[in-house]
Amino acid sequence: MLARVLMASLALALAACAPAPPLRGTGDLGLVIERATGQVTLIETTGRSAYATVKGLGDLSHASVVYSRDGRYAYVFGRDGGLTKLDMLRARIAARVVQAGNSIGGAISQDGRVIAVANYVPGGVRLFDADTLAPLADIPARFDGGARRAKVVGIADAPGERFVFSLFEAGEIWLVDAKDPRHPRVTRFEGVGREPYDGLITPDGRYYVAGLFGEDGLALLDLWHPEAGVRRILDRYGRGEQRLPVYKMPHLRGWAVAGDLAVLPAVGHHEVLLVDKRDWTEVARIAVHGQPVFAIAQPGGRRVWVNFAFPDNDTVQVIDLPSRRIVATLKPGRAVLHMEFTPRGDQVWISARDDNTVSVYDPESFALLARLKVDHPSGIFLSARAFATGF
Amino acid sequence: MKQTACAVLAAWLAALASVASAGDDAPAPPEPRRSQLVNMLLEDCGSCHGMTMKGGLGPPLLPGSLAGRDSGALSRVILDGRPGTPMPPWRPFLSPEEARWMIDLLKKGVPHAR
Repeated sequence: MLARVLMASLALALAACAPAPPLRGTGDLGLVIERATGQVTLIETTGRSAYATVKGLGDLSHASVVYSRDGRYAYVFGRDGGLTKLDMLRARIAARVVQAGNSIGGAISQDGRVIAVANYVPGGVRLFDADTLAPLADIPARFDGGARRAKVVGIADAPGERFVFSLFEAGEIWLVDAKDPRHPRVTRFEGVGREPYDGLITPDGRYYVAGLFGEDGLALLDLWHPEAGVRRILDRYGRGEQRLPVYKMPHLRGWAVAGDLAVLPAVGHHEVLLVDKRDWTEVARIAVHGQPVFAIAQPGGRRVWVNFAFPDNDTVQVIDLPSRRIVATLKPGRAVLHMEFTPRGDQVWISARDDNTVSVYDPESFALLARLKVDHPSGIFLSARAFATGF
Repeated sequence: MKQTACAVLAAWLAALASVASAGDDAPAPPEPRRSQLVNMLLEDCGSCHGMTMKGGLGPPLLPGSLAGRDSGALSRVILDGRPGTPMPPWRPFLSPEEARWMIDLLKKGVPHAR
């Protein structure tokens, strides 16, 4: 009896001095970038709430995030070259390095072991051990006979422990085999078009598409047939039309690929382009409220949600793909920067930077389910990205 | 954090206003327009040039990188853009005086909003 009481009190004392967080999964977790304060708000989508804030991530005025393959760790790529590994369960920084002067984003390898960071300054890609963030390899984005370095944009993971990205000033796409991450092998595709500004990989991991800023068109690489090279698609899509000034670059990662259709931005036009993914020809174009920044497929693929560049950035439009009609126009707040769906599509989270709010909507009824106060929110990244190629 | 940033911003704006009235810089626009312009500088210019103005897809706009450049020519770049590059014209949203005031601001250094 005495022993049992002693054991019980010992157990209590232990529990009190080391309060273990309650057991929970990571599948409903995520984070919101607070672009002005260098911190992130951690969120969970079951109760639609914020559960922690983590500070000290540096300059997040532009940021993107990938997740470890178990969804526990977020890797945050900041503007200032900071790469931060964040423990989503303990709500604290697990590791952090500042690996360049100016970065745009990154990717995680298919096996989850390698983090690749795309840098503007110095232009190139660096590979890191996903566990420790120890450096593995440096891939300078040299062109012009090695004399110049290009800014790297549109990095994505591809099947086969590969990364693919574009070189803005050089007009090239590089495919990197990182099976041996200390000795990556680079395949260069030159002359893909003027000023590739971002890229995406289709969810099946087969096609890499780079958007071109310097001309109307996109560059397509079929990763089943890299030997066939890069080809131009939707060439001169703006023909005969005056291109409008672009006040914010479209972001291609996460752009909608649904069924046989891909939805792509017409840069400098108030339009999205519908493309047949089987032959990459234009099927239709849909006039929208402004210049699109993101077009995100609602899970299920029937609807696509679009937000817009300044000065039309207070609006989100919902396109119904079968009828090619706009079925809703929402005003979630001032300066809508990002939209993220829960993986099975019961919620969409939308950030409004200038209103300091993140709003959660029911994508079917468009009813507002919750609204959170978050300081200058930009990107919203849910842990379900861990399981998707190209996220 | 935010309060500190706001306090720094307020102090810096006050200092700037006094400098502006003393020198030959463009006059500071009245509130609330002034705050809108600072927000535009940090957020919208910042989406290409970085919120801290150290550059992104667009070049850095730090005092060191703008030193010695003609303010009139720079404000015309804001107003009319730079054809052949992603820099768009902001004339639909800014008066020439406001563009000039933003150049003065950049040359003195935009406070980091964090």
